[in-house]
Amino acid sequence: MSKVIDAIALLGAAVIEGLISLGRFVIFLLTAALYIFEPPYKPRLAIRQMRIIGAESLFLVVLIAAFTGMVLGLQGYVTLSKFGSESALGTVVALTLVRELGPVLAALMVTARAGSAMAAELGSMQVTEQIDAMTVMAVNPVQYLVSPRLLAGVISFPLLTAIFDVVGILGGYLIGVGLMHGPSAAYFNGIQDNLGAHDIMSGFYKALVFGLVITWVCCYKGYHAARMAVGIGRATTEAVVLSSVLVLVWDYFLTSVLL
Amino acid sequence: MNPPDTNGSGRNAIEVRDLRRHFGPQEVLMGVNLDCPHRQITTVVGPSGCGKTVLLKHLNLLLRPDSGSILIDGLDVTKLGRRALDEVREKFGMLFQAGALFDSMSVFDNVAFPLVEKTHLSQSEIAEKVKEKLAAVGLEGMSHKFPSELSGGMQKRAALARALIRDPEILMLDEPTTGLDPTRTGSIHALIRHTQQRLGLSAVMVSHDVPQVFEVSDRVAFMHEGKIRLYGTVSEVMEANDEVFKSFLAGRARDEEAGAHAGAR
Repeated sequence: MSKVIDAIALLGAAVIEGLISLGRFVIFLLTAALYIFEPPYKPRLAIRQMRIIGAESLFLVVLIAAFTGMVLGLQGYVTLSKFGSESALGTVVALTLVRELGPVLAALMVTARAGSAMAAELGSMQVTEQIDAMTVMAVNPVQYLVSPRLLAGVISFPLLTAIFDVVGILGGYLIGVGLMHGPSAAYFNGIQDNLGAHDIMSGFYKALVFGLVITWVCCYKGYHAARMAVGIGRATTEAVVLSSVLVLVWDYFLTSVLL
Repeated sequence: MNPPDTNGSGRNAIEVRDLRRHFGPQEVLMGVNLDCPHRQITTVVGPSGCGKTVLLKHLNLLLRPDSGSILIDGLDVTKLGRRALDEVREKFGMLFQAGALFDSMSVFDNVAFPLVEKTHLSQSEIAEKVKEKLAAVGLEGMSHKFPSELSGGMQKRAALARALIRDPEILMLDEPTTGLDPTRTGSIHALIRHTQQRLGLSAVMVSHDVPQVFEVSDRVAFMHEGKIRLYGTVSEVMEANDEVFKSFLAGRARDEEAGAHAGAR
């Protein structure tokens, strides 16, 4: 009997523990978001973060986008030509990129590059007491460190995704039309006819959500890094893994809602 | 000699009364009483793990106690809200153990940070103040360097300049000489003493650098197992007939000998 009660107590403790950390996680986001609207405003810090998250990720995003578009062009052309529908290539490439691959791949790339750096930087500030130092100087560290990153993430991600989409579509054209000699005019005409505002907006919403989720997770993990030698490394790993998983999970649910 | 009596009179910069705090099952502070008089250096010493760093984190308001009170200039700060806490913090300057300089900023920006964030001074006024404070800690001409380009001792000096930039009333020092060789330890101690006397600061320092740290202390509190076991002027504490304190002093001396041997090898 007492063993059963012990097991229930253990389960209960685990659930409570989980709920507490989930609560902390949500409160962290809400406070950081509210501080964006509370003076003192720090546009300079947010712009600096946009440079790091956005501008400095540009080369990587363009590179990945070009190859993603090229492989889509190649696969698409080979498959479609079996059915004699090479003229649909533009539509296939554009819809795949705009609705799905653009937001997801851009988000994963930025997680690997900027998200990990964010978690490591905040983690090292936590471990070396720089965050405590800020608090003692009466400067709110969440407002100074997290809020600008959150704002920059939400602004940068949709822009990077838009660039990803455009470069990817051009990459598809390069292979499908340039290399495989598919019908040139049909590529862009198909996109014009079949890619609607709804498709573009659903990609935009995804990018917005991914931007929020990734900066949130990476800042949270870094900010709460454990004060020991492995703390920063562990925080960075957890941040990247959790961000990537959440991006794919959210992608499914957003797709099912936005379809 | 004994821990201070418990009727707070408001004559001290900081008065701690029956402060208790636990982490999980572990009781770290078990009823700490401590007075830090105005314009004196009060040093808390004790073996590692005795709770002295946790105590300091309560004094600078980073942690909240389970129970007990902390009076800063007579005001109980343990129950204040966020904004009120920030107002109290304006009185503080804090030197962290490893300096805690922002490593993404130059020495100048580090020292200027509290002024840039919390005051409306013009750029030229800020530059002048920073220059003055850097000169006071012996770091003229270092303002463009980054923390990673400085030695441990210089980082501590820069951090001290940052702690002093807003002319605090109370200076808190967390193991200011950890990781420094004896020569640098001496020079940092001398700098702290000189600064405290020049500015008339009240200071509270946590240190395990006994007995060197006694040379720059007015009052000493020996912390042991979550309580202040001995408290008084340096000579009072040194003459106290307390076995635990004596073995702590002897233990430190042994550690240092071992360290010197290790250094010689």
